[in-house]
Amino acid sequence: MTAMQKLLQLPVNAVNMVKTVQSQVQGQEEDKSPVLTPDSGQQAWYSALQPDELRHLRSGGTGGGGGGDQEERAPLEEGGGGGGGGFQTQPLRHDDLKEMLDSNKDSLKLEAMKRIVAMIARGKNASDLFPAVVKNVACKNIEVKKLVYVYLVRYAEEQQDLALLSISTFQRGLKDPNQLIRASALRVLSSIRVTIIVPIMMLAIKEAASDMSPYVRKTAAHAIPKLYSLDPEQKDQLIEVIEKLLADKTTLVAGSVVMAFEEVCPERIDLIHKNYRKLCNLLIDVEEWGQVVIINMLTRYARTQFLNPNINESLLEEGGSGDKTFYGSDEDEDEDEEEKEKKAEAAAMAKRKPYVMDPDHRLLLRNTKPLLQSRNAAVVMAVAQLYFHLAPKAEVGVIAKALVRLLRSHSEVQYVVLQNVATMSIKRRGMFEPYLKSFYIRSTDPTQIKVLKLEVLTNLANETNISTILREFQTYIKSMDKDFVAATIQAIGRCATNISEVRDTCLNGLVQLLSNRDELVVAESVVVIKKLLQMQPEKHSDIIKHMAKLTDNIQVPMARASILWLIGEYCEHVPKIAPDVLRKMAKSFTNEEDIVKLQIINLAAKLYLTNSKQTKLLTQYVLNLAKYDQNYDIRDRARFIRQLIVPTEKSGALSKYAKKLFLALKPAPVLESPFKDRDHFQLGSLSHLLNAKAGGYQELPDWPEAAPDPSVRNVEVPEWTKCSSREKRKEKKVEKPFYTDSEGESGPTESADSESDSASGSESSSGSEESGSGSESEESKEASESEEEEEEEEEEQKKKKKKDLKKPVQESESEQSSEEEERKHQRKSKPRKSESESESDEDEESESESSQSESEDSESEAEVKKKKKTAESKPPPKPLKKESKKEKKEMSLLDLDDFEPAPSPQVTPVNTFLSNSLVTDLEGLSLSDSVLSPATIAPSSALKSYELLHRITGEGLSVEYCFSRQPFSPDANMVAVQMQFTNSASSDTKNLHIEDVKLQSGMRVKEFPEIELLPAGETATAVMGIDFCDSTQAANFQLCTHTRKFFVSIQPPVGELMRPVFLTENEFKKEQGQLMGMNEITEKLTLDVKCRNEHAIVQRVTTAANLSRVPCGSDKECSPPVPPPDYPVHRFAGRTVTSGSLVLVTVATKEEGAAQLTVNCEKMVIGTMLVKDILQALTQ
Amino acid sequence: MTPCRVNVKRWQAEMIHSLFVINHLGDIFLEKHWKSVISRSVCDYFFEAREKAVDPENVPPVLQTPHHYLISIYRGKLFFLSVIQTEVPPLFVIEFLHRVADTFQDYFGECSESVISDNVVIVYELLEEMLDNGFPLATESNVLKEMIRPPNILRSVVNTLTGGSNVGETLPQGQLSNIPWRRAGVKYTNNEAYFDVTEEIDAIVDKSGTTVSAEIQGVIEACVKLSGMPDLTMSFMNPRLLDDVSFHPCVRFRRWESERVLSFIPPDGNFTLMTYHISSQNLVAIPVYVKQSISFFEAGSCGRLDITIGPKQTMGKTVEDLKVTVHMPKAVLNANLTASQGNYTYDFTTKLLVWDIGKLNPQKLPNLRGSLSMQTGVPNPEENPSLNIDLKIQQLAISGLKVSRLDMYGETYKPFKGVKYVTKAGKFQVRT
Repeated sequence: MTAMQKLLQLPVNAVNMVKTVQSQVQGQEEDKSPVLTPDSGQQAWYSALQPDELRHLRSGGTGGGGGGDQEERAPLEEGGGGGGGGFQTQPLRHDDLKEMLDSNKDSLKLEAMKRIVAMIARGKNASDLFPAVVKNVACKNIEVKKLVYVYLVRYAEEQQDLALLSISTFQRGLKDPNQLIRASALRVLSSIRVTIIVPIMMLAIKEAASDMSPYVRKTAAHAIPKLYSLDPEQKDQLIEVIEKLLADKTTLVAGSVVMAFEEVCPERIDLIHKNYRKLCNLLIDVEEWGQVVIINMLTRYARTQFLNPNINESLLEEGGSGDKTFYGSDEDEDEDEEEKEKKAEAAAMAKRKPYVMDPDHRLLLRNTKPLLQSRNAAVVMAVAQLYFHLAPKAEVGVIAKALVRLLRSHSEVQYVVLQNVATMSIKRRGMFEPYLKSFYIRSTDPTQIKVLKLEVLTNLANETNISTILREFQTYIKSMDKDFVAATIQAIGRCATNISEVRDTCLNGLVQLLSNRDELVVAESVVVIKKLLQMQPEKHSDIIKHMAKLTDNIQVPMARASILWLIGEYCEHVPKIAPDVLRKMAKSFTNEEDIVKLQIINLAAKLYLTNSKQTKLLTQYVLNLAKYDQNYDIRDRARFIRQLIVPTEKSGALSKYAKKLFLALKPAPVLESPFKDRDHFQLGSLSHLLNAKAGGYQELPDWPEAAPDPSVRNVEVPEWTKCSSREKRKEKKVEKPFYTDSEGESGPTESADSESDSASGSESSSGSEESGSGSESEESKEASESEEEEEEEEEEQKKKKKKDLKKPVQESESEQSSEEEERKHQRKSKPRKSESESESDEDEESESESSQSESEDSESEAEVKKKKKTAESKPPPKPLKKESKKEKKEMSLLDLDDFEPAPSPQVTPVNTFLSNSLVTDLEGLSLSDSVLSPATIAPSSALKSYELLHRITGEGLSVEYCFSRQPFSPDANMVAVQMQFTNSASSDTKNLHIEDVKLQSGMRVKEFPEIELLPAGETATAVMGIDFCDSTQAANFQLCTHTRKFFVSIQPPVGELMRPVFLTENEFKKEQGQLMGMNEITEKLTLDVKCRNEHAIVQRVTTAANLSRVPCGSDKECSPPVPPPDYPVHRFAGRTVTSGSLVLVTVATKEEGAAQLTVNCEKMVIGTMLVKDILQALTQ
Repeated sequence: MTPCRVNVKRWQAEMIHSLFVINHLGDIFLEKHWKSVISRSVCDYFFEAREKAVDPENVPPVLQTPHHYLISIYRGKLFFLSVIQTEVPPLFVIEFLHRVADTFQDYFGECSESVISDNVVIVYELLEEMLDNGFPLATESNVLKEMIRPPNILRSVVNTLTGGSNVGETLPQGQLSNIPWRRAGVKYTNNEAYFDVTEEIDAIVDKSGTTVSAEIQGVIEACVKLSGMPDLTMSFMNPRLLDDVSFHPCVRFRRWESERVLSFIPPDGNFTLMTYHISSQNLVAIPVYVKQSISFFEAGSCGRLDITIGPKQTMGKTVEDLKVTVHMPKAVLNANLTASQGNYTYDFTTKLLVWDIGKLNPQKLPNLRGSLSMQTGVPNPEENPSLNIDLKIQQLAISGLKVSRLDMYGETYKPFKGVKYVTKAGKFQVRT
């Protein structure tokens, strides 16, 4: 060994060395293969073109005998010469390949190597080519080299001495300036499983672990377990390397080193402490496979370091926040956490033992959550198990959605996921209940998937959903897949035992199955019925009678045995039939299967004890038959029973107790899920799947009683420890990989910290959004109106009288209110009208379409609700009714037709139209009914207009603008701004247009068409569109005439950044439920005296913001009147123009003008500003 | 002789030890070992299970043998069987095997025995790159393609003439950049980005026409050919529709969470940007309704079949590529039907009735009716077969999802952008 090492460490010229070796090797070869002729060049070519099978007479004997099944075909075909199974006696004919490998041409070498690799791939032995191949390790051609590496890794173990010849090449490779060559040299070197090079490998790994390139360090991490498997003695040294690599801050290395950690020293949890936070923070950027390994490791780590978050489970549950996490969107998370932590604290106050989640525990949960969105099923599963094992009960729900998504994947993925869901659904049923329908079975599912889905459905069954589930089962019973039917029957049995309400229904259904044509189905039903009857036999004597009759027909032994057992057990309930059954059985005794015979004896004994008058002789007869049976079990049983039940002198004391022995009350069987208690295995693991500990499985430790010192995770670098800065870092981390240079050579230094994400457009814009919020009150000046407009107004007023009449309250109030007040009113109705008009453009159409479908949704939702209600309100089917029905129906197994839903609205197309038109009707109600063409709209009369350019600064040209609240047809994402140009100068203005638009990033402007001529004293209007990107940033631009340029800017009040949407109250509430937490802003206020009636509130809110009223009252009777009816709640809904985020406004009035304003909006900035504006509108 | 046996006690861990690729006849035609060699006799356990399962789909994906665990997937009539020695998340292996099959598909256009045999060297090189010591190393198609070039006809001709190879001449950069899915220095003369929004309706409709369950599975496939390092932002008109999403690793989670926009630096070429799910909680529009009656008569051993399909909620678009597939019970020998539109075929060996309708004409609803001849003496099937519907609606995402805009940052050129919508039937089943 030492000599070899010396040889290897010498800086030998590899080519020379290889040459000497070559001659050596050839010498050896020549001894072995006498066929080799020096001048066979051409011949070699020729034979090389033949299929290579012809040349390999021997198949891969590496694995020892057993493998030779199908793949042996090829070698056997060309026959006898090869000496098939025997030990290698003859030299192999790879001469042509050797020849090619020895040639100087790379192309020949390559060709040879390709064939050799193909041989390896097919599992054929190519080991005798080793010497010829190994000398090509220094070949310049990358491709040849690569294939030689492949070969080496495969055969080095078998030919250790020769393999050593290649080592020096790799050693030189380790020093190569190119990181990829360094990495691949290390990869191959560490893959050669030759013990003698362990020290070299160790050295190489150590060096590579501090390499500049993260890629090489990654390879070093990969090499660690390889070396460890080769020589476990090296463990201590390897741990040092692992420790060093764990401290690495690049995402490339993280996954691989944790993998090495898991394989070499999973017990050294202390190595993780200092790296814990870093790993959590890097996680999202690590490659998928690394994520899985890290998450699994961190699960174990967390179990040893943190406290059980569910310690105060009961108290936490009182908080009832469970549902919220279910439906809550991701954004609420932070808020939720705070809340939960508060709640936990509150709970802790009550209890003696306070639980506060370690911030590091929280960090882990928070940073893994986004990975539920990974495309990689393994990552999703890893996060799911982490949440299942580590998260507070209320938060586990988030994983359900992701797991259900995986059910759409390949069937293998489904199989694994369903197994895990089955386990989870026992512990946390509520989590999957909303997804019940996703587990419904299709006839095209493979059986194993069907059975697993059935398992989940059964686990999810409870009082409320059982009727739906049983209806599904009813369909499954008719399946052609009989294994599946049997499983379904079992499932029904389990539902019946678990949910007492449906026990009778299930039982009746199963009894009907007894007349099924398929014997398997009948047999399975009998077995399940037997179990069910054990629970309350007294009630079901007629079922037992029915089953007694079946003995004539059913042939399946298990079913016969079950029936006999039942009759015996409950013979008191069927005193007349039981002896008769025994009589029949006695007749056929000799022809029965063994299990049936045993039960016949059993039945005889029981009857003898209860009804010896009638059955004494029969029992004697049966026992006599059994006495001479072929089966010794049966003979024994007969003897045993005879002694027990027939009192003789000998039998003594025991026979007194015979009755107690045979007719003891037997506990009813518990039908349990096979997945019960599987969760003591870490979910997602192989062991869990097999329900047996697999080799190398790391037990999931129990939570510690008291938390270990959390300060071990503190890292010296100050910013890591500070929570706030951690937040920031995380944000940066996410962006990091996108903005760092692709050359990662600078790896080990903390590139993340130095980086500032200047490029991120979103951040800058959001920042300015906030800054812009303050400066809008300046603009809220009302401009005076011209006379013309007022005339027009009057006209319109006439048109609108109808509408006004509807609201007499308002009318009466307007007496005392000022003129301005009245104008406001008109303003309010106007935008609505204008909305209904512009149906010309596509976008508008599509929008209304979508709103239609939306309201359709809501409608049928209501339907569904009603259905549910009826389903719930209906008592479980009455037995009497059932009896009569049973006869009629062909296969109404479970008799659930009472629950049959009324045909849903979308069953027939006609109904669809109906509902469509209904929606349009509704819309028509909320909008005004008069139709005006867009051109005739009075520019700004009803709308608040703002000054863009004052007459004086504009040198005679004044410009006003208002937000017309009409959809901007060229681009639906833009807010329409209507401008009115008045030329009060003495000369004409020409070529009015916009130039030099300065916008925040993301914003866009669609200019109005140039106004060529604006004569003196005239006015003109134009509409332009601005996409404000949902911010109140001003759009700055220059207004140009043929002579002058004016710098102007348009800044929208926040209320104009939205457009109304139509929502029903239910939809509104649902949406609102999803926008809790940070997205909800609530403010208390006292309403202005003038606006305490409904109309005024609606008017003021809709003036302040472009929202539409949510109709209320229609479903008041459905929902319990939460607010007292005297103080109504007003709801308004809209969507922001650019991103379409919902904006929901609720004004809940209370006594004496007190009110509460709630704004729910995803965009918090908009929400805050909107609250301010509406508050102002309502209080002044 | 295999050293793994020696190591068994220490549970020498590597995630994936060996891979065998097996065709539908049960021949192992490719094997690859990442550590010591494991005899292919280990597959016997698998063949046993395969025999028992009857249907290849019913082979349990995870099998336990005395010394190993076998995890397999079934793809394109091939089994990919991996040998595991120690605890490993099964999904990890399954997902990886599918990734291997995906890679083959990506490289060779299909994943079949003949293609793998023809390209055995490339396959082997790929496997070598994808897994190091049983742990995944490079699975991104972009990275792999830099290291090992996919074959194409022209290059293979050139290669045979010049002795060139399919291994990249230049060293790959992908692994080394911080964006593992995109290589540097991409250049196109025409810069274009296309997005296909495909939605599939999974539904179960019961006998009476009531929807038992319905959900929409959507996927956005992208074909992005942009130069340099473009940073794209895609926003939707109605992102709230999306109930559940999963992303290509390139998508920035946080942006999505806070702003509901997809912000990403795209991989070069084709990739799946995101998949989404619109759950059964929302009501799903069902584009067609089916009126059917299938009955079997005790007397005369025959049956009747009558199927009519009509449009239901098609949002005013045409339903195309309409197809009905029925798995008939075993007793049905033949079908004598007339179709008012399209053609039907009945394969009496597989008992598969396929009715290819084509475009759905709302004025004249397609109908298929006629008699079924049954095997005599066999009791009538209890269950009526369920109908599987296939359909396609162009230019429509049935959920109403719309891409509102796509912006590009980081590069100065103006790319050509396009979005296409298609709705298809996924697992759309009508119970009868």
